[in-house]
Amino acid sequence: MENETEILVVGTNEKILQVVLRLLRANVLWRATGVSGVDEVLSGCREKVYDVLLIGAGLTDEEEERLSTEVKTIRPAIKVIKHYGGGSGLLFAEIYLALGTKNQAQ
Amino acid sequence: MAQTVLHKANTRGGADHGWLKSSHTFSFGSYFNPERVQFGALRVLNDDTVDGGRGFGEHPHDNMEIISIPLEGALEHKDSMGNVATIERGEIQVMSAGTGIYHAEDNKDKSLPVKFLQIWIFPNKRNVTPRYDQKKIDITSTPNQLVQVLSPNPDDAGVWIYQYAWFNMASLEQKHQIEYTIHKKGNGAYIFVLEGDVEINGQLLNKRDGYGIWDTEGFTVFANTDAEFLIMDVPMEF
Repeated sequence: MENETEILVVGTNEKILQVVLRLLRANVLWRATGVSGVDEVLSGCREKVYDVLLIGAGLTDEEEERLSTEVKTIRPAIKVIKHYGGGSGLLFAEIYLALGTKNQAQ
Repeated sequence: MAQTVLHKANTRGGADHGWLKSSHTFSFGSYFNPERVQFGALRVLNDDTVDGGRGFGEHPHDNMEIISIPLEGALEHKDSMGNVATIERGEIQVMSAGTGIYHAEDNKDKSLPVKFLQIWIFPNKRNVTPRYDQKKIDITSTPNQLVQVLSPNPDDAGVWIYQYAWFNMASLEQKHQIEYTIHKKGNGAYIFVLEGDVEINGQLLNKRDGYGIWDTEGFTVFANTDAEFLIMDVPMEF
């Protein structure tokens, strides 16, 4: 679908990752994919264009820093967000702010 | 010169889930206002009312300092670390969600609602080991004084969190005033009125109004009526 936003989510807590993916997929304009490690993020970004990388919980500071820089090298236009809260509270605002508030339909 | 922001109570976002009615000072859930996202590290200030016998079923959190302050009634807390506890008015609860925590909060009273503040502060360190704590707070037996209920220091009064933040509460009698000094350079203070009417540097605040002030060393809170309020002293950049 045109105007869909592709969101890649990384986090090591599988249960929280699944909750975040379910919440994101409730928006018909968002397509969410979940992975659990840095290498999967980097290979995923080489294979497909994502609009947003959402960094969830469980990575080390070094892994978060590496992601922020290396993903930008592969896909300069991608928005990289560190997610806080682990649920619906802040998730939508984080995405709206990253996208410049477009794509708010749910 | 001090900078300020005023959030009148009736301009807050609202959510009515039937069993839960919530007023959001800042964007939360389906309420999104790009002009109201946070006050420095203070990201969530929800004024929640939960019907009798209802509650928040088990749900996750990560990487957030989550503080609950009951105003009326009691909440039963259960979490994935094995904690089971009840908090009521006169107590403060804190969770450092860190790498991930599941919890449920229920109003065990079948007939009376519970009212509480749910406050989220951005942590100064991601992916910490999750932790839970609760402590007694007493503002009524020491009127016209600030009572510290939260700080960054485990050995200090109140609960502690992973952020350079300090919370103080006070019960102020009519015509009394309190001087507040901001704890740390670069911090600002967000005042939330729980009861009554107060003035801060000439700005009138009514019940449930919020007022942020920064780029200043301190301010004076004057009570036009008997009043209770919460001061959240948080980093403006973090």
